[in-house]
Amino acid sequence: MIKIEKVSKKFKDLAVLKDISLEINKGEVIAIIGPSGSGKSTLLRCINLLEIPTSGKITINGVELLEKGTEVQKIRQNIGMVFQHFNLFPHMTVLKNMTYAPMVVHQISAEEAEKQAIALLERVGLQEKVHEYPSKLSGGQKQRVAIARALAMKPEILLFDEPTSALDPEMVKEVLEVIKSLAHTGITMVLVTHEMGFAREVADKICFLDEGRVAEIAPPQEFFSSPKSARAQQFLDKVL
Amino acid sequence: MDLDFSLVIPYLPLLVNGIILTIKFTVWSTIFGFTWGVLLSLIKISSFKPLALLGQFYTSFFRGTPLLVQLMLIYFATPQLVGYDISSLEAGVLAFGLNSAAYISESIRGGILSVDKGQREAAMALGVSEFRIMKDIILPQAFKNILPSLVNESIALLKDSSMVAIIGVGDTLRWAQQVQAKTFRAFEAFIVVALIYYVMVMVLTAIGSYLERRARVSD
Repeated sequence: MIKIEKVSKKFKDLAVLKDISLEINKGEVIAIIGPSGSGKSTLLRCINLLEIPTSGKITINGVELLEKGTEVQKIRQNIGMVFQHFNLFPHMTVLKNMTYAPMVVHQISAEEAEKQAIALLERVGLQEKVHEYPSKLSGGQKQRVAIARALAMKPEILLFDEPTSALDPEMVKEVLEVIKSLAHTGITMVLVTHEMGFAREVADKICFLDEGRVAEIAPPQEFFSSPKSARAQQFLDKVL
Repeated sequence: MDLDFSLVIPYLPLLVNGIILTIKFTVWSTIFGFTWGVLLSLIKISSFKPLALLGQFYTSFFRGTPLLVQLMLIYFATPQLVGYDISSLEAGVLAFGLNSAAYISESIRGGILSVDKGQREAAMALGVSEFRIMKDIILPQAFKNILPSLVNESIALLKDSSMVAIIGVGDTLRWAQQVQAKTFRAFEAFIVVALIYYVMVMVLTAIGSYLERRARVSD
């Protein structure tokens, strides 16, 4: 469903991604891990073109993203994204945060959008926060709303960019539980994370990045018990 | 020192006209200055360089020359240049609008740049169009950040509006000049006008703090 071929990304002279190729199947959960500065987030952000690759090819459902004439906005509607810093719209209530894009982009009615928003909020356990502003929520609650907001667009793909890195430790679990509940429900998930235990538990595939290259792709059991690359071995020795 | 405010009393009904004119003038200039200021700020952050440079030049010109000169230029030179007999009120609104747009556009530009870039990214990721992102996500947050400076700008406009008395608009200040000419009383006439401006500024300040309080509900 997502096919990344020989993607490179340079910021000025700094090569952040080098020749990355990766295939992600429909419904699969893939965790991208690696040392900081290895290009994990950049790679993730290339998938919905928040970063434009310097070279290479990205194909989603057969559509070539970097080809002229591709409607980026259309592509993005199908790819939800959850950010490290939540990025909820602070001037909108939780409900408005969730109904805004479906109403503006998919042009569904307010009633329908609200009905759907409330159902999603129930799913992430925040139905009582419908009319609050984001400033009144804890970090964990904000991130759960952000996940629900992404789901409100009914995307086929969900990208997570270090969704728990900005959270206080006691709030990590509630967010991970929500993410876990979404895994293997048909939605394709790409997850950049530092939570090794979680990656191991939830992911179908681990993609280990090192210095902008894919150093290893393997199923989690295999990767965590016997990594093939020396770099992955070193990395795991440090974090586990 | 002999002060006699009773001399001023017969002229007070005329003062009402002056005040109404000052308010009307300020409101129109603010609306014009604000609308043009928003557009100008977008021009200045445009990625099309010549346009952005033009916007910057505009701002530097209107900030770098005296408002009074701009006012006179527009009032006296328009008939000469385009043959349109511009009224003093039109010239005033035009000059003040064009001028305050230069200042307002700088505030708004700063306000737009102060909005966290994650906001734009989140909206982009949801598939929202550039135009809607600006209108629904970026500008509302920018305005909230710069509300105090916008209020200051309209206070400045209110006070500067007294300049139109020079080109003959019958505003609040003009009233004092006329009363002084007729009664040979300067202090009484001008202090009344000073107080009236002060009251109007206080009202604007109150409106400003009300708006700020309302904007803070989401904090």
